[in-house]
Amino acid sequence: MKFFTEENAELAQEIIGRYPKPRSAMIPLLHLAQEQEGWVTDEAMTEIAELVGTTSAEVLGTCSFYEMFKRKPVGKYVINICTTMSCALMGAGDLMKHAESRLGVKSGGSTPDGLFTLEGAECQAACTEAPCLQVNYRHQYRVTPDQFDQLVEDLASSDSDIPEHGVLSQIRQHIPADKFVGSTPPEDVVSAPVWLSEAGGQ
Amino acid sequence: MSESAPSEINVTINGAQVEAQPGEMLIAAADRAGVHIPRFCYHERMSPVGMCRMCLVDVDTGRGPMLQPSCMVPVSDGMSVDTESEDTKRAQEGILEFLLVNHPLDCPVCDKGGECPLQDQTMAYGPGESRFIEEKRHYEKPIPISDLVHLDRERCILCDRCTRFADEVAGDPLISFTERGNATQVLTFPDEPFSSYFSGNTVQICPVGALTAAPYRFKARPWDLEQVESTCTTCSMGCRVAVESSRNELVRYLGVDVESVNHGWLCDKGRFNFESINSDHRLTTPLTRDKDDQRQLLGSDWGSALAVAAEAIQQAGPERVGLIGGSRLTNEDAYAWSKFAKSVLGTDNVDAQLGDGLPAEIVLALPLATIAEACNADTVLVVGPDIKEELAILHLRLRGAATKGQTKVVEIGPTATGIEPYAQRSIRCAPGETTKALSELLASDDPLAVQLKEGSLVVVIGRASLAESEEPTLSLTAAIRAELPHATFLPALRRGNVRGALDMGLAPGILPGRTRLEQPTPVLLDTWNTVPTTKGLDTTEMLHAAASGELDTLILIGADPLSDFPDRNLAAEAIQKVKTLIAVDTFVTDSVAQADVVLPATAFGEQGGTTTNIEGRISRLTQKITSPGSARDDWMIATELAWRLGGELALGSKEEIWREIERVAPSHSGVTVERVESSEAHEGILVQRSSIELDLPAPGTPPVADGYGLRLVSGRKLWDAATATTYSPSLQPLAEAPALRVHPNDLQRLGISSGTDVRVISTRATEIITAIADENIERGTAMLPFNQPGGGANRFIDADAMVNDIRIETL
Repeated sequence: MKFFTEENAELAQEIIGRYPKPRSAMIPLLHLAQEQEGWVTDEAMTEIAELVGTTSAEVLGTCSFYEMFKRKPVGKYVINICTTMSCALMGAGDLMKHAESRLGVKSGGSTPDGLFTLEGAECQAACTEAPCLQVNYRHQYRVTPDQFDQLVEDLASSDSDIPEHGVLSQIRQHIPADKFVGSTPPEDVVSAPVWLSEAGGQ
Repeated sequence: MSESAPSEINVTINGAQVEAQPGEMLIAAADRAGVHIPRFCYHERMSPVGMCRMCLVDVDTGRGPMLQPSCMVPVSDGMSVDTESEDTKRAQEGILEFLLVNHPLDCPVCDKGGECPLQDQTMAYGPGESRFIEEKRHYEKPIPISDLVHLDRERCILCDRCTRFADEVAGDPLISFTERGNATQVLTFPDEPFSSYFSGNTVQICPVGALTAAPYRFKARPWDLEQVESTCTTCSMGCRVAVESSRNELVRYLGVDVESVNHGWLCDKGRFNFESINSDHRLTTPLTRDKDDQRQLLGSDWGSALAVAAEAIQQAGPERVGLIGGSRLTNEDAYAWSKFAKSVLGTDNVDAQLGDGLPAEIVLALPLATIAEACNADTVLVVGPDIKEELAILHLRLRGAATKGQTKVVEIGPTATGIEPYAQRSIRCAPGETTKALSELLASDDPLAVQLKEGSLVVVIGRASLAESEEPTLSLTAAIRAELPHATFLPALRRGNVRGALDMGLAPGILPGRTRLEQPTPVLLDTWNTVPTTKGLDTTEMLHAAASGELDTLILIGADPLSDFPDRNLAAEAIQKVKTLIAVDTFVTDSVAQADVVLPATAFGEQGGTTTNIEGRISRLTQKITSPGSARDDWMIATELAWRLGGELALGSKEEIWREIERVAPSHSGVTVERVESSEAHEGILVQRSSIELDLPAPGTPPVADGYGLRLVSGRKLWDAATATTYSPSLQPLAEAPALRVHPNDLQRLGISSGTDVRVISTRATEIITAIADENIERGTAMLPFNQPGGGANRFIDADAMVNDIRIETL
């Protein structure tokens, strides 16, 4: 039994062809495997090893290094609540507790219906929008417990444009218009930022 | 100012001037200067990775002292290094405290305790106490990662030695770091064990007790072990090995780093087959055939057993007696048997090889290459057995040289081999047609032809398939000599001291010291009094003669023709027809079970002496334990037998024998006992002289395969039904039952699906064997291992045929 579907097997060959050495295609192929199955199965790793000319152990070594490759089945939606400093100060702990009771699973667990996996995560680089979380790596900002409930409802009723876990082409940072903080256009900049001039030694 | 050439670099280490080579790592320069820098991950035979940080030292290159890992910093001119500075000491204390955060302090129950680099370096460089009071990480311990190696992840300090070895040196990256950060651990892929032929080396280089070998676990404590340096005789590579025993029992072998041969590595077969020497199945007393019940062998005593043997030899007379074997002995024992046969018995029917090698006069006359020369030649041409299976450490050396770009490996042969993934080119040809393949290549405008003709070239030459006669190999040798005259050779011969046995004259037409029978040196004639005048029979001819009733007595010296001779039927017929079969051996093998007189011999570790490897390198064996029961050294048995036949070998000890060898063997002249016992013998003493002129027969052409048959290809596997593997409890399960490998198209054509039992038919036998489809097998051929538990190719082979065909049928 081959792991990759016929279509993906073809794509795998194309990906391998992009590199001078087949082994370089290991990570892209792991993504492809995760897209196909939602997680990376042992069969997938064995097949990737064959495709790129190495051993399953090496593929496992690479795959397990990266948090975002899941080697156990996960829900259709992986919810990562940031637990690092800024979010922790802004109530990530409470949000996590709320999420755990709402979904009925502990952090790291998946709901029995296969819809959700709840995880704590390190900083998601959106400290100004704390507390934040990601659903399949798409940001949700300043999430209150009520908003979390709404989010879960939307996801459960498929009333969402977030694709299921593993889908590659859809993984983009998505910031809704009302949550967007905006940036200063270059022409509006009048002086050096304060922190820079202080470092200058005044 | 320094007077040294610009290619040399001067470094100051702890105030002393040290000369170093450009590119050399600081830790290596310090080692040479006798300054020890503690380390865990650094290993001189592997690339540095800077994983453990234990070798941090204060390095000043003009910008002030700075802590740098000495395994990762190449020397530069004017570098000033302080390995004992306050900062260095603080770094060492910090690193050790850090490494011990998760390392359990279970040294009293750890196999490594007492010889553990972590334990030793913590005592020498550690802070004395830890501030860590939290829980350490916990894993199931130990988990078997292969049949031979156990892994305790709690003890692992993540130095990357085993994983680097598996990837870089062995080429079997079946273990890898998985997870990351605090969860990082070494693991195999689920259900894919670390089944490398070289897995035991990871146990030896593990700087903690994380990896342990099943055959040694909890067998001894290091301070109870006694150690001697010796030479492995499992195959003919001659790897240097440290033999360790406890209470007169061998418990462990360790590889010894020798530049010219094994670089410190051993194959698992050589490393773990000491178990067979401790086996309860060893022969401990002479046996003789029961007069009342011919089916039984009865325990006897040396006096009566030798008397029966001597009488049988006497009655047969020199024309009707033959000696087979001797390639597993020391040089001294081989010499004693050679002198016994050729001087006392007066027969030249002597052959150390079992019809699976090359004629002695060719082996001894070919211009020899060393292993190091092979690893540095422009091209190594491998035309012989699968060296990964039969000369595993040669495979490791060639693989290493090929992956580093020092040499290019080209192979020509009938089937896929272990070196193929690292070869520049693998040329497949029909069995018996290597000469044709080479000639076509050389006649073509392929750039490889120019590479072979113009660059330096070492040829690893041997019998590519045991289902072929020696003729194709000989004709190939002739072709190489004619068209590539600059080539030098490494003969890939089978069994531990086969080269030494041939050197000592254990072959028809050959006298000790690589001379021909018809040209005995005056000193040899003077010492031996007489030598046979006509060339005797080789093993194949002896078995034919015995089968047709022309030989009365056969003496097997550590030889098992029923298992090792390519044609089992011929061997069986010979053994059945011969009047008296005398066997000198360590175990009751298939052939020994048929013997009329069995004389127990000493084994590896129970005897001193010397051995000679494939490149002609003489190195020492050292006795460590005493032999079981009344087993004796072969030279003593030969001497006793000679005495009972009214002869006199005049040999009183191994040392005395070596003095005689040095005196009578022209090739070994100058290799004195004193040299052999000196430190020079650590690397071995290379003997490449020969007084035999090369005389190769004209090449023949193999017959054309018929349309219904498959041409048989056969070779040995590392894990086979060999005695040392069979009687080593840890190794025995690794040998698989024989399976016939055939190209899927050929199987399909016959309507057979892979994995089913089929009837295999040759002119010699009909047997039922499982057929497996394998795309690596050439179409029209079938691969069957030579000697596996429960059968092998030797049932099907006709020793007289140049190539052998089989047919397969559905049941």
